[in-house]
Amino acid sequence: MFGYYLQLGLRSLRRNPVLTTLMVVGIGLGIAASMTTLTVLHLMGSDPIPWKSDKLHYVQIDNWDVNNPFSDDGRPPDQVTYRDAVALMEAGKADKQTAMFKLALPIQPENPEVKPFQALGRVTYADFFAMFEPPFAYGGGWDRKQDAEHARVVVLTRESNEKLFGGQNSVGKTLRMNGVDYSIVGVLADWKLRSKYYDLTNGAFSDADEFFMPFTTAIDLKQRASGNNNCFKSPGDGWDAYLESDCIWIQMWVQLDSPARLAEYHAFLDNYVAEQKKLGRFPRPLNNRLLDVNQWMRDQRVVSRDVQVQTGLAFAFLIVCLVNTIGLLLAKFTRKAGEVGLRRALGASRNDVFKQFLIESGVVGMTGGLLGLLLTGLGLLAVRALYAEYKNVAHLDWSMISITIVLAIASALLAGLYPTWRACRVQPAAQLKV
Amino acid sequence: MEIRPILSALMRSKVSMILIGLQVALTLAIVCNALFIIGQRLERMDRPSGMNESDTFWFGSNGFGQGYDANAVQLSDLALLRQMPGIAAATSTNSVPMSNGGWSTGINLQPKQKTSTAQTTLYIVDAQGLDAYGVKLVAGRNFKPEEIKTVKFGDRLQPAAIIVTKALADKLYPDGDALGKQVYMDEEPPTSTIIGIVERTQVPWVDAEFIDYSTFVPAYMPYGNSTRYLVRAEAGRRDEVMKEVEQKMSQSNTSRIIGKMRTIASVRSDAYAGDRAMAIILGTVIVALLAITALGIVGMASFWVAQRTRQIGTRRALGATRFDILRYFQTENFIITTLGLLVGGVLAYALSLWLMQNYQSPRLPWYYVPIGFVCLWVLGQLAVLGPALRASHVPPAVATRNV
Repeated sequence: MFGYYLQLGLRSLRRNPVLTTLMVVGIGLGIAASMTTLTVLHLMGSDPIPWKSDKLHYVQIDNWDVNNPFSDDGRPPDQVTYRDAVALMEAGKADKQTAMFKLALPIQPENPEVKPFQALGRVTYADFFAMFEPPFAYGGGWDRKQDAEHARVVVLTRESNEKLFGGQNSVGKTLRMNGVDYSIVGVLADWKLRSKYYDLTNGAFSDADEFFMPFTTAIDLKQRASGNNNCFKSPGDGWDAYLESDCIWIQMWVQLDSPARLAEYHAFLDNYVAEQKKLGRFPRPLNNRLLDVNQWMRDQRVVSRDVQVQTGLAFAFLIVCLVNTIGLLLAKFTRKAGEVGLRRALGASRNDVFKQFLIESGVVGMTGGLLGLLLTGLGLLAVRALYAEYKNVAHLDWSMISITIVLAIASALLAGLYPTWRACRVQPAAQLKV
Repeated sequence: MEIRPILSALMRSKVSMILIGLQVALTLAIVCNALFIIGQRLERMDRPSGMNESDTFWFGSNGFGQGYDANAVQLSDLALLRQMPGIAAATSTNSVPMSNGGWSTGINLQPKQKTSTAQTTLYIVDAQGLDAYGVKLVAGRNFKPEEIKTVKFGDRLQPAAIIVTKALADKLYPDGDALGKQVYMDEEPPTSTIIGIVERTQVPWVDAEFIDYSTFVPAYMPYGNSTRYLVRAEAGRRDEVMKEVEQKMSQSNTSRIIGKMRTIASVRSDAYAGDRAMAIILGTVIVALLAITALGIVGMASFWVAQRTRQIGTRRALGATRFDILRYFQTENFIITTLGLLVGGVLAYALSLWLMQNYQSPRLPWYYVPIGFVCLWVLGQLAVLGPALRASHVPPAVATRNV
């Protein structure tokens, strides 16, 4: 009987095009609004590295001014100082660890057809590649020995390799940056990051890094980082004073492979701060944190308030669309009282009538869902146009598509429950009178 | 006009009435709050930065290679810019309003203060700085060329003279006598003297609490091998001048990269892109919501007209005029809408309260809900007009027909 009811449903939709259009458009719009915002919300906040997001921890220690907290709500500073980063790296107490910062360097291509350009890169330690697992197309990262040697090596991203070497395997070639030659040891494959979760201090959706080079090598350049730099008192004159100062400009991540290791590292950090206090630094009370990837993303509000408000609004809009659909379905089914009466008089049970009309609601939902899917695609296009930085976030994937269809059918069924129940209560005798 | 027959007719189709009422209620609540948010965003986007935004553009120069003398390049670049036709003023600088990047620091009235008296941003310019930004001096004087110090990057600035915005001057010296006073940009001496006050200049961060507290500092200080320049072109000539400048600057020195030529207008556009997007998205939802609700009213009213054709015919046969029928349906819609709006008003304030608690937004001003009432009444009446007119055209003869 299911196939028959399906046919009946479709035929009935065709019989009253105006009403059908109103219902389908209503559901379609409501679904599209909800799914567009839900997709953005879901992707923005989704775990960027789910197989190890609970193992990567962002190091925060409070070296800040005794007179003014870094943040009014008691959160510790969002970056660390050079001397602390180096001290923690040298102690080596985590399973893997890296300090990093953003650096701008002019690239002077060998190829005379490509003009020199300013590139924004990431300065890290060797463990970065094992920790954040960017995919490699050619070669690999460098190792800890090269860190210690201040090796002049560099890893290119797919885009910069495309620009400089036409996408070919450039491992082993030299790259001149700011008058110094570096050897290319690796080229990344396409690394479609939804957000730069490893550097939230400088903008979750800012431009992708264009190259990677060793921390120790970059410090030799005596060039200030291009990211956020925050000092609570003047660092004094010159580069060495800057490195010794309490200015924070470095992001530090550690990988701790088990809860036991996490506890150990916490204890180590507390101990480290206690030692620094003896040297007269870290005047504020102990305030260390080791948030994991998802906690850090929430802490730094990667999913902006605007996106949350938009999602809530879209679902409220869906509810209005559904209320609208209930009314229209009620109107539609009430008009079919004669047909219901006839069926019941011929022996159909209330249950059969219920199934018939529920399936009809489902058909409306399915049609609305398909329209909604189309409109969601358009909606996401609009989001990408409005928010240039969301280009990796506003895309439909299979899970979202299936959720769209399921949501459409489920809401239509929900909306159809009351009208269907009303339709079943029709007394056959009253309808058969002339 | 007898209301009781209308009410009793409504009571018989309670569910449909509730459905329409609920749509109206939700629409009012959402539309009022959404309009308020749009209004707030538009207000935010409207704030003047204080600088000339129509004729200005800025760009960066990044040098490379050993032996690159950034200070010398800065001076020769400025000389080159200042003799180009079409340029009204040019300065080296580290930042501009709304660009989301720059230098912020505290200003103190006493040495070794624990908490700064005020937070400010530093715009590091030379004698043509105020002219290039296009900000108006309201007290004191501009920097003299001999006051512009050359500072090695990484050293402390310690300017002897500074120019602040009026808002900052008033914050530091509420009695209004900031001119000539000495402030501490650092924990220790030397102090900086306020030699001039400009009307208004925003800081680079549009969300900063200290958004109107800016300080101009006279110095030549490149950021390593990089420096930025702000140029104000003569009125109407910005785009052609921009192209020429890019060309001339790239050619004049091949040991550096000229990049990111951006007009200040596009800086503003980027800074407020999020607010603009929010306003557009909310606006679209408002329009869609009103459309759905109106269509719902049309649909439901048409249905009722079809259901009650017999009654209408009977009434007409008994002497009711077309206008009476029309008035009947309009009044019925008015009652439903009003009930919905009353519930909606409560929902609107509840939603506003929730937004206040969870998103620190301000309270919904009182006049939004009454205006919403009026708009939705009008919308409802217009929506029901079509079906109501159709109802009024039902001929009295329908009452006498048997089928």
